Amino acid sequence: MNLTKRTLLGIVGASIFATAPIQAFAQDWQPRKPIDFAIMAGAGGGADQIARFIQAIAEQEDLTTRPLVPNNKGGGSGAEALIHLSTTNDPDHTILVTLNSFFTTPLRQSDLGIDIQTFTPIAMMGVDPFVLWVHKDSGITTFEQYIDTVKEMGGEYVMGGTGAGQEDSIVIAFMSGAYDLDVKYIPYDGGGAVAKDLAGQQIMATVNNPAEAKGFYEAGDFVPLLAFSDERIPAYPDVPTMKEMGQDFSYYNQRAVVGAPGMSDEAAAYYQELFATIYETEAWQGYLESESLSPLWMNADEQRDYWALQVENHKALLAALGE
Amino acid sequence: MRVGEIVTAGFLALFSIYLMWKSTELPIGYIAGTGPGGGAWPFWLSFIMLISCLAIAFNWWRGTSPPSQSDEPVLDSHGWRSLIFVGGGIIGFVALVSIISMYGAIAVFLFYYTWFLGRHSLVLSLSMAIISPIALFFFFEGAMRITMPSGLPFTDPVFNFLYDIIY
Amino acid sequence: MEVLSLLGNGMLLSLQPLNILMILLGVTMGLFIGAMPGLGSVNGVAILLPVTFLVPPGSAIIFLAAIYYGAMYGGAVSSITLGIPGASTAVATTFDGRPLALQGRASLALVTAALASFVGGTVANILFTLFAPLLASVALSFGPPEIFALMLLAFATFVGLGGDDIPKTILSICLGLVLGAVGFDQISGAPRLVLFEYNGFLQGIGFLVLAIGVYGIGEMLWTIDQTRGEVTATTPKMTLKGMASDTKEATKRGWKGSMIGSFLGFFVGILPAAGATPGSLMSYGVAKMVSRNPKEFGKGSIDGVAAPEAANNSASTGSMLPMLTLGIPGSPTTAILLGGMVIWGLVPGPRLFVDEEEFVWGLIGSFYISNVAAVLINLAFIPVFIWMLRMPFTILAPVIFVLSIVGGYAAMRDIFDLWLMIGFGFGAFFLRKFDYPLAPAVLAIVLGPIAEPTLRQSLLLSSGDPSIFFTRPIAGPITIAALILIFLPAFNLIRRKLGNKKKPA
Repeated sequence: MNLTKRTLLGIVGASIFATAPIQAFAQDWQPRKPIDFAIMAGAGGGADQIARFIQAIAEQEDLTTRPLVPNNKGGGSGAEALIHLSTTNDPDHTILVTLNSFFTTPLRQSDLGIDIQTFTPIAMMGVDPFVLWVHKDSGITTFEQYIDTVKEMGGEYVMGGTGAGQEDSIVIAFMSGAYDLDVKYIPYDGGGAVAKDLAGQQIMATVNNPAEAKGFYEAGDFVPLLAFSDERIPAYPDVPTMKEMGQDFSYYNQRAVVGAPGMSDEAAAYYQELFATIYETEAWQGYLESESLSPLWMNADEQRDYWALQVENHKALLAALGE
Repeated sequence: MRVGEIVTAGFLALFSIYLMWKSTELPIGYIAGTGPGGGAWPFWLSFIMLISCLAIAFNWWRGTSPPSQSDEPVLDSHGWRSLIFVGGGIIGFVALVSIISMYGAIAVFLFYYTWFLGRHSLVLSLSMAIISPIALFFFFEGAMRITMPSGLPFTDPVFNFLYDIIY
Repeated sequence: MEVLSLLGNGMLLSLQPLNILMILLGVTMGLFIGAMPGLGSVNGVAILLPVTFLVPPGSAIIFLAAIYYGAMYGGAVSSITLGIPGASTAVATTFDGRPLALQGRASLALVTAALASFVGGTVANILFTLFAPLLASVALSFGPPEIFALMLLAFATFVGLGGDDIPKTILSICLGLVLGAVGFDQISGAPRLVLFEYNGFLQGIGFLVLAIGVYGIGEMLWTIDQTRGEVTATTPKMTLKGMASDTKEATKRGWKGSMIGSFLGFFVGILPAAGATPGSLMSYGVAKMVSRNPKEFGKGSIDGVAAPEAANNSASTGSMLPMLTLGIPGSPTTAILLGGMVIWGLVPGPRLFVDEEEFVWGLIGSFYISNVAAVLINLAFIPVFIWMLRMPFTILAPVIFVLSIVGGYAAMRDIFDLWLMIGFGFGAFFLRKFDYPLAPAVLAIVLGPIAEPTLRQSLLLSSGDPSIFFTRPIAGPITIAALILIFLPAFNLIRRKLGNKKKPA
């Protein structure tokens, strides 16, 4: 269960040379209508912030002739968004900001009949690492202490997250399996609510993206114990990784943009170039750094291979979760 | 009204039973150590709905509620007419949205209502039917950036023209 | 007193010519956005975000505060004039605002709403300025059990809202709660109640779909049937003199409701999970309880308009508190604002209040100014809203239908929602005929999705032991108060029946 981006790039590396460039003739396609910029999450979450940030960059740099119109479709763990894209009658003007529920939701709800390989790859804007946080008043400062505390509490240790089958629950399930931990898991409806209840000590620990816990970390309320990234996160140099603990595990939330199934090649090429331009802007690069996202730029074919790999990985992870 | 009251209650009772049945897809019991299952909330609330329906039927039988004492028809001929013409108009409106776009449907509906149902002058009806959708277009698409359905592809030239104006 | 000088700077900044213009523009836009059924401050703030790059950040914040305030005032306008609550926070305003409008006293209702909103906003701003950090820690001490207890208290106020037919009221409440459970079970993450296996239900049933269906379509069909399509609102022309006397009457008869709404709304509003809807509902209930003429409520009470309006304005300001002090959004609008702060390069979180004092107090300062501007602009526009009511019904009715459909689409951008809305409209028409009260269902669909997850989260915390609602220091008293309120009418009923038996006829 190794999700590192390096192995992944190794796997797909060979295919880069095998595919011919297709973008050469695409320059003349321009959107004629406002672009439906669907978001696989409700207003205010991490994905929503990213979508609105991207929209603001496009607006500021005047990159599109028609505006990107954010459209929150967070219902059913992203099922609503996937259906929205699959059934759109205008695939050339419909794109989606995704997270990992892009992989897990079709697996968990197979009756939706969604095949993600029919979607059109556009851009991988970065991947968001996960960190284990506790409140400073708990007195816990190291991962070892955390393990001891959880074991002592014998099933009374309370963690919060965004729900069964969601990204953080996958990480928590892995951790519980690897260290034989028994925690109470309370599902919330969003990362913000989780952070608030950790700050209010209604719950004892969370696994969250740095972006969502950063404010509390800087105020000294939250203590990071462990990162689930491949290498130490630059903004948290003193926080060890799961790999250093001897477990071959890392997990990221993808922040990718995909197009609706059936999008024309010309439109796909237009969006790929648009998001490549946005990716290169100073504003986006600054965002990646300040919010501790890791860059993981890929071309369209690499994205497809990445999807296939992630689907396999998540199948295994969800099976381990007992789903 | 007397018949309508019991028919409505009966329909709601059937709906409650359907909701109860549908809720049982998830556990409806109290799971030891974790509280109620995922279907418990809707199941037991639907159960209360069913009980309420029985109470309503009992009140109907006793004749305590005003509708159960009334011999008036639920809808007289005028009532049926207005329901069919107004309600039907709204259904037609929404059906047209996916064909001739939201704004086209608004124009048709406003004209239908003001001219045919409202018996207003042709000039007033037409000007309302033309001005309102255009004003709404600039408000929603231009100012609010909310894209409304544009119907089947044959409306594209009109929308392309309008989008060229606002962006 | 550094805070006061920062606040003063914020206010002075708002008074520069460019910013005054921003405020006037923002409030007016916000007022009309809020007055459209289906649109609210969340839309207004969302469109502003990209614009923040075009004007200096200071002006952008002021513009945003102005839109926010304008939209809050506008919410009452559609509740009173069209009878459609444009947002869940404005449902309680229809209870008395609509009857007043139908009695030809729409201007009085609108003036009351504007003045109450002003009082609510002002009280909230002052409380915020004086006690922000303290209140933030109060907000944090509300975990799932406390929020559930609060929801129970909000449900207790339902008891007084329904019609005389108890089984029909209970049915309406339960129907709203069950419809709110459609879509997805947050706790187990499984799809739930996907009615007729139709995938459109996966996204759940939104408040606006039900509210616009019930009020914008059902109630309209009912009015057309009931009045034979010949409604002539006897709304008098607006005069300055009439407005002055309305102001006098609104102040005299609405001050109590405004005060209740201002304080209660604020305290409920600062809790991130609760929000302005239970705040406005509870204020309405409390205003009715302490009123000398509770019978007047629901038939056109001034206090009944003032209390929920003061509360929703106060709560909306209050919902800024967890965002600014903790970086936690208390409402969709503040969630989008939070995203805006990231774009401006600010780090939301507990440090914001300390590190970015100028931003925080500048924002609060512009709230004070926007609130004043909003009440004045709102009062100035009342004749326009009244004019709408004076249109012939055969023109007003299709306009209301169009606004309902357009607003219903704008909310979720899904044509399926429109069909669902029409379905609710026809259903509501028939249920209304048979005296089913529908306001409880409309409110229940908002409160249900807050109440159920917090109930189950609490029971997860306590390993299934319900005593958690009684033993926690904050949740305990609230739960007990709620239970007393819920069972009080039943207790009175039994006592009255026993009393009747003792008296030989």
